[in-house]
Amino acid sequence: MAVCIAVIAKENYPLYIRSVPVQNELKFHYTVHTSLDVVEEKISAVGKAMADQRELYLGLLYPTEDYKVYPHMIRILYYTCLHVFYQIENILLYRHTRYGYVTNSKVKFVIVVDSSNTSLRDNEIRSVSQLLNLYGSLKGFQGI
Amino acid sequence: MMSPTQWDLPPELCCRPMAFVALTGLDVTYNAIHRAIWDAFCANRRADRVPISFKVLPGDHEYPKCRTKRTSYEWYIPKGILKTGWMNKHLNLVPALLVLFYELDWDDAVWKEKQSECATKVEIVRTSLQGRNTKVAVVLIQKKTPLPPGEDLVASERAASLCNACDLSGKSLFVLPHTDHLVGYIIRLENAFYEHAQTYYYTEIRRVKSHKEFLNKTTHQLLFVRHQFKIAFFSELKQDTQNSLKYYRTAYSLVHELRTHETNMLEIKTMAGFINYKICRLCFQHNTPLDAIAQFRKHIDLCKKKIGSAELAFEHTAWMSKQFQSFGDLFDEAIKLGLTAIQTQNPGFYYQQAAYYAQERKQQATHLCAHEASVSYPTPDHLETPSGALDFYGQRAWRQGHQSIDPPHMEKEKGGILALQMKEKDVPHSELIIALLSNAVAQFKKYKCPRMKSHLMVQMGEEYNHAKDYTKALKLLDYVMCDYRTERWWSLLTSILSTALRCSYLMAHVKDYITYSMELVGRASTLREEQKSRIEKNLIKVLMNEVPEAEPDCDQASAKAAQALWSDRMSLAGSNEFTIEVQDYVPFVQCKAKFLSPSFHVDDPVQLHVYLRADCPHPVRFSKLCVSLSNQEYNQLCVVEEPCKSQDILEASSQENMCLVPGKTRIYSFKFVAKTEDVGKKIEITAVDLMLGSDNGRCVFLNWRGGGGDAASSHEALLAARSFKSRGRVPEQHVEWDTVSIQASTMIISRIPKISVQLSHEPPALNNEMYRITVSIQSNEETVTKDVKLTAGLKPGQDANLTQSTHVTLNGLEMCDESHPALLPDIAIGDLQPGEKVEKYLYVRCVTTGARIFLFHVAYALSTKVEGKDITCKCHKDEIVTIETVVPFEVAVKFVSTKFEHLDRVYVDIPFLLMTDILSASPWPLRLVTSQLQLAPTMAAMDQPQSQVEQVVLQTGECASECFSLQCPPVLNGMSSVASGQYLISWKRKSWSADAPVVTTVATLPHVMVETIPLYVHAELPSFGRVRESMPVRYHIQNRTGLVQDVEMSVEPSDAFMFSGLKQVRLRILPGAEQEMLYNFYPLMAGYQNLPQLNIGLLRFPAVSGQLLRRFLPSRIFVKPQGRQADDASIAAA
Repeated sequence: MAVCIAVIAKENYPLYIRSVPVQNELKFHYTVHTSLDVVEEKISAVGKAMADQRELYLGLLYPTEDYKVYPHMIRILYYTCLHVFYQIENILLYRHTRYGYVTNSKVKFVIVVDSSNTSLRDNEIRSVSQLLNLYGSLKGFQGI
Repeated sequence: MMSPTQWDLPPELCCRPMAFVALTGLDVTYNAIHRAIWDAFCANRRADRVPISFKVLPGDHEYPKCRTKRTSYEWYIPKGILKTGWMNKHLNLVPALLVLFYELDWDDAVWKEKQSECATKVEIVRTSLQGRNTKVAVVLIQKKTPLPPGEDLVASERAASLCNACDLSGKSLFVLPHTDHLVGYIIRLENAFYEHAQTYYYTEIRRVKSHKEFLNKTTHQLLFVRHQFKIAFFSELKQDTQNSLKYYRTAYSLVHELRTHETNMLEIKTMAGFINYKICRLCFQHNTPLDAIAQFRKHIDLCKKKIGSAELAFEHTAWMSKQFQSFGDLFDEAIKLGLTAIQTQNPGFYYQQAAYYAQERKQQATHLCAHEASVSYPTPDHLETPSGALDFYGQRAWRQGHQSIDPPHMEKEKGGILALQMKEKDVPHSELIIALLSNAVAQFKKYKCPRMKSHLMVQMGEEYNHAKDYTKALKLLDYVMCDYRTERWWSLLTSILSTALRCSYLMAHVKDYITYSMELVGRASTLREEQKSRIEKNLIKVLMNEVPEAEPDCDQASAKAAQALWSDRMSLAGSNEFTIEVQDYVPFVQCKAKFLSPSFHVDDPVQLHVYLRADCPHPVRFSKLCVSLSNQEYNQLCVVEEPCKSQDILEASSQENMCLVPGKTRIYSFKFVAKTEDVGKKIEITAVDLMLGSDNGRCVFLNWRGGGGDAASSHEALLAARSFKSRGRVPEQHVEWDTVSIQASTMIISRIPKISVQLSHEPPALNNEMYRITVSIQSNEETVTKDVKLTAGLKPGQDANLTQSTHVTLNGLEMCDESHPALLPDIAIGDLQPGEKVEKYLYVRCVTTGARIFLFHVAYALSTKVEGKDITCKCHKDEIVTIETVVPFEVAVKFVSTKFEHLDRVYVDIPFLLMTDILSASPWPLRLVTSQLQLAPTMAAMDQPQSQVEQVVLQTGECASECFSLQCPPVLNGMSSVASGQYLISWKRKSWSADAPVVTTVATLPHVMVETIPLYVHAELPSFGRVRESMPVRYHIQNRTGLVQDVEMSVEPSDAFMFSGLKQVRLRILPGAEQEMLYNFYPLMAGYQNLPQLNIGLLRFPAVSGQLLRRFLPSRIFVKPQGRQADDASIAAA
């Protein structure tokens, strides 16, 4: 389902990043990193209006990105999080990073999804529970 | 022959098709008129002119032969989709219209002959275009301006005859008068040509369409595509782009309906690519970029799996790359023409993908074209064709026109594939990739994608590395490295560093090699332990001036060359010292330096700690640590040095002082005594240097600017600060690295003085007095304090007026004045023995009231020993006190009459009283030494005035009063305001000794109005009366004028008295004389009684009323009751 999931700090460094399969990790890191260009741009464009929203789904990024190693397209989705995502943040941060500090703004989730997976529609990925499912699917792979 | 650019789209596909019109009969070389006509057609064509491409051809030009038209397709099997020459043929060879220019005027003398010559010429071109639908038109070049149509009968008749002779319709005959308005005529002409051309292309479209009914779907599939393409292309020539787009779209779907197999895959893809290009181009032209993008995506989706022959897989990726590149070019061109692109949809993505496929192509090429050296290019060359070009687009040279599934000739097939592979070997792949990447970089830069740009630059760097252009590779990688470092993407940084390390190894760049290694073994690197360990071992080798082992993934030849380079480096002497500024990296040794305190007293040693920590897998031995300070004199005191032998570097013992054990924090303490001249100055750590290696091998100085820290440390410190809030305290002896903060500067401050300065005084100060402040200085030092100096007085920096109104002196015996300063600097006190105490009196005179701040600054020198070193410290102690100044007393003055009635004016020569009140406002008792009245000349005392308050002591709030009897001498013009004089009060505090100076306070007396009166009257009467006892009263009336005065006098009757004397009288008083009037009053009642009222009137001065004069007379008297004699005395006493 999800091939890569990343939690990005306010300052744009990765707090947590995992991808499946592992051998192509670097490419996914680049993918997530370059997607931050658009995330930044969107965040600055949406500006303050964002702070009031509970859900901060920013939409689909680079929908035509054609992936090299895999003959399928990859969709990259991202969120910025507010308290809605505390739950996931807690799971991710307390277990895997050294510092347990959690910020409630401008932390971003970037999810790279296998675009051959047509069962996953854009509006479905909006919901938090779906995000958790995605995380779960990754967890299964990784044995996290 | 295959060209290296075989994947480039043909120029006839990429150009904008325009109607082709051929002009004949023009001699543009020798005939000036013809030249002018030709120039008017083709020079400076603006965009608003009709789209025609003109060509001048000779009259006997041979046009491509038209093949005989097929009448049946029944047995016809097409050999390919589109012939390579077709587009060019219709763009440049077969005209839509042929125009014959002929010089002929209507009134030509030899009209008949000329007419037939013209007809012959028309016939010639008709013959050469046999079978084509090309129209023919004739233009007559005439010298005369034609008459309006219908007026020139000869012209219309001859025109009809010419048309007839040439077999032309009237619409195809034109007249071009060679006059002034050439361009105007030409534009009209070409518009007419354009219409003819449109008709031509329309018929061509109809012609191609008409074939359709003969085709069948089994054998003529290729023709369906071909025909649609041709119709679309003709539509484009006709400038009917909407229909053209429609036909291209049909063609596109038809091309994908073709049966595909390995042998025709390339042809199908080539054609699909062509048609796709046309569609996208038209979509951009129609300003529907989203359609273009959608078409392109569809195209890629449909084609990306059509790989074709596995042995020639690189052809597919080359083709894919070209598809993306040409779409990128189209997109970019559209942007230049005004289209707006956005961050997520810009040409950059297409160039990036093009580059990606170029990379794939390169990989496949290396893989598929890795032939043994013995394999040579096949002969005969299967790629040669008889004509030198292919007949159909996208076919193989060795089996042109072959359309069956299996290749006809296996040997030829193998040879052809081998030839293609050999050719692919020579393609400069890296160059292509880099060009595409740099195109993409330019686009992403434009559309605000800095990270994408960095990523592509990394790829460029990697490509340069593959191309063995390591210098360029490093330049690019170095450029982006710091972006990844500041964004803290360690995984990506590590990967870039690894590439950079390989490049620097292959170039044997020692300094770069060390720089990259030290970051790769450090904490920012995500390499596995064993890789770090390998790199660290190599680094140690480099430090020992040995050749490091090759980096993995280096090809053998390059590694060998690199080894040789490294060996050369070894033999080079003198260039073995490197300084690396590590501040902007994340090196494997971390450093933090701190002064233990933000300030140190000059008599305390300055303490400085340098914390070092290694993050590499193995312990590191260093040979020198030195701290540079802003005052370089201390530098020699902050060095740890222990030259190490090569052996030590190799096997660092963790016990040693100079060894850093991974993960453990080492602290190096430095202590030095600050120079006394640095007191008040800041000492800063300017750099910390750590020397690795040894003098006899290579030595590397890791240099931290300031107090250490690197590219990652500030963020780590921030995180540590956050997390410590939630975490508990760590054990004391264990140094938690993250909690160490850098303190790169400290202040040197003066020694704490051991001296007491005490002030005693009695505030507030009284205005103008010599206020005494006692300063007691006592030394608590253990040795002699030398050169003690006191600076005392008004603290500088206050209101400037205070400096003028404050005076200080040490001499308390005399008043000080303006010549005394407000501050007495450096009053020498001499040396003080331990415990010795001196007192100094300071007298302050404050001329104005208000608050003042006084400073008492005691400075001295002292010799002391710090860390076994003698130093002379200068110490000082400041005391500051705020003193309020108040007025000692208030002085009030009033004028009263002799009857103690308030006076608002006084009368010449008539006595009055001056009363003064001194009201003490001082909190301390005051002694009034004396007072003195200094009268103005306009005022005279009645007697010798003597102070009545001498030696009076006033407590707070008490008042001392005096009374003086005065009188004013005559004044000019009857009335004026005169000065009274001054009242001087001499005083001091009661507590002060007799020799203390007396303060004199001057109070200026108010001015008073003096008036001259013409008549003065005063009464002479006893102090009391007694009931029924006669009492004589004498009134004296003085004439104060120089004139005889007539005075009317009367005495009014009263209930309390009977009286005798003149009741009413009229007198005449001489100038200056006095008249006396005597009355006997006989009191009738006891107590205070009003006297009978005396009325006086002046006939000459009616203004002087009796009322005014009555002021000088007593109005009543006390009358004692008649009675016992014994009571007399007691009443008199009352």
